[in-house]
Amino acid sequence: MFLTDLSLAYPEVILGVAALVLVVWGAFQGKSTAVFNGAAILALIVAAVVALTGPHGRAFHGGLIADAMSGFSKAFIYGFSAVAILLSDRWMARRGEAKFELAILVVLAALGMGVMVSAGDLISLYMGIELHSLALYVLAAFRRDDGKGSEAGLKYFVLGALSSGLLLYGASLIYGFAGSTQFPAIAEAVRNGADGGVLFGLVFLICGIAFKVSAAPFHMWTPDVYEGAPTPVVGFFAAAPKLAAMVLLARVLTEAFGTAVHQWQQVIVIIALLSIFVGAFAGLAQRNLKRLWAYSSIANIGYALLGLAAGGEAGTQSMLLFMILYMVDVTGFFACLCALERYGRPMETLDDMAGLVKERPGLALAITAFSLSALGLPPFAGFWAKFYVFKAAIGGGLIWPTVLGLLGSVVAAVYYLRLLRKMWFDAAPGPTDVPPLTARWIALICALFSFPVVLPALHWLEGLAQAAAAALA
Amino acid sequence: MALQAIAFYLMATVTVAAALAVVLARNPVHSVLFLIAAFFSAAGLFVLLGAEFLAMLLVVVYVGAVAVLFLFVVMMLDVDFAALRQGFAQYLPIGGVVAGILTIEMVMVATIIATKGAASRVTGPQASLPDVSNAETIGRVLYTDYVYFFQAAGLVLLVAMIGAIVLTLRHKPGVKRQNIARQTARGPKSGMTIVDIQPGAGEGE
Repeated sequence: MFLTDLSLAYPEVILGVAALVLVVWGAFQGKSTAVFNGAAILALIVAAVVALTGPHGRAFHGGLIADAMSGFSKAFIYGFSAVAILLSDRWMARRGEAKFELAILVVLAALGMGVMVSAGDLISLYMGIELHSLALYVLAAFRRDDGKGSEAGLKYFVLGALSSGLLLYGASLIYGFAGSTQFPAIAEAVRNGADGGVLFGLVFLICGIAFKVSAAPFHMWTPDVYEGAPTPVVGFFAAAPKLAAMVLLARVLTEAFGTAVHQWQQVIVIIALLSIFVGAFAGLAQRNLKRLWAYSSIANIGYALLGLAAGGEAGTQSMLLFMILYMVDVTGFFACLCALERYGRPMETLDDMAGLVKERPGLALAITAFSLSALGLPPFAGFWAKFYVFKAAIGGGLIWPTVLGLLGSVVAAVYYLRLLRKMWFDAAPGPTDVPPLTARWIALICALFSFPVVLPALHWLEGLAQAAAAALA
Repeated sequence: MALQAIAFYLMATVTVAAALAVVLARNPVHSVLFLIAAFFSAAGLFVLLGAEFLAMLLVVVYVGAVAVLFLFVVMMLDVDFAALRQGFAQYLPIGGVVAGILTIEMVMVATIIATKGAASRVTGPQASLPDVSNAETIGRVLYTDYVYFFQAAGLVLLVAMIGAIVLTLRHKPGVKRQNIARQTARGPKSGMTIVDIQPGAGEGE
């Protein structure tokens, strides 16, 4: 009995054992972290394969669910975590700040995200959130002698603790109403619709998770944390944790509160529209590229939430597709930022990017692809992402929110185009340093995915996402 | 029954009053002491519910460790609490309104949960099995039904430990560390050198 339960949790077991082995190994290994990080990446890849091919079912009294949804999300979460380790390895080494703990923390964060996406119980939901957030707080402050880095870590930590409090308060109300922390039992308790108390609890729960995906009005930490944290770590923040929290939200809303869809739909729509507009308008005032992409990520989470609000299988599928395509874009963009330096200083402002197309044509083209994709221009990946979301939203009867969402994306187009104008038409202030190979390759692969590869890949991704979404309903 | 009611209202009043005093006390050390008082009376409420194990945990963990740590931090940090309190009167009206609305909402929600939810069907504190203590009941499920959550909690603590070390440990250069292997391997050959000094050549300099 226990062994069959355990067999469903093999991805978690692999990552947990890997983290423990790496801790001991790290204590005895020398200065270079290349081989060590390679081992961490290998563990993540093995866990991803096991998650994709492993058996399905429920284990540990409903605490862990292994289904198509969890397998799909875990494979991408572990994959993007591996990319984050790959990116940060050289970046940290160039600054002489390479520490083996970074890979361990990323592995543990990936483990926590895996717990989140296969949570079937309010306790494992909270455990997963806490496990991955705690690792992310430390990663944000990883360059501890950097003033902005420490500020980022502390801000993230204090506001994250507040959001955990909101989430726990909501969970306690739901538990008080349903008499159980397990999703099926909660679904049974709200079978005749959610009223008063339990709805209050659900709203608090949504607020807590909205903080984790940095949806407005819980977004205030995002720009500061993105600005202060190390660039490859920001690339990690913007991708995998958001997917994990979105999948978790989808699971809670459909598995535990599937009958109360009309009650939570309006909450999600409001959060989604607020995020789209805050991200679009506040981004206009930013000169720092990391802050700019922080607001861009807020706006993009708004679109993902809009897809989720559409409800049903189509809504969840569109949310998954949107998140995957967005994650590739944002990872590629931050890989470019990791690669770009001028006289040994990172190029992080809009003015630094001036004339980049003559200096580094390859990277400039990649950034162009990511910006056009985030803007939603066909035939780039971002267009297809928004296409699926709007299709699902219209199918779900959300006509007005769709129109407003389209308006928001027009506003956001201004800052992407401004970045492109700077890169293509202004004069460069000086030569850039030679970019490291790994960051260049990751940027290239992501850019290629963003334009030609996405078209054939979508056929395959669409089927996967549909199978995953069907597992929830 | 009457005794229980008296005990409940007494401890509930002390908890709320102490919690208010935590926020209102001028001296931060007093705030921490009031916090300890609140923890103690909350522990008493747990005993009334028949959860004596949780009551002990609250006293041991929160009073014994967390509150004492707070006290240390408050005493060691040079924080000007008077400056932090600036603007207290200015924000009092709007803060009071928000707090008032929140209190009313929370009371309403708690009432609904207690009267309509699953909590309303609970008749009172009862043991899952007769003659089994609190600690044994928790022990029976903690490592069986809840082993997954238990291990996840362990990993959270591991992350906290790694994080604390990453953010605070500094390897200072020039610190002499004990190397036991080298110490014990030291013999007359490696520990002693014979130097032939010419007479009248002097030493050093």
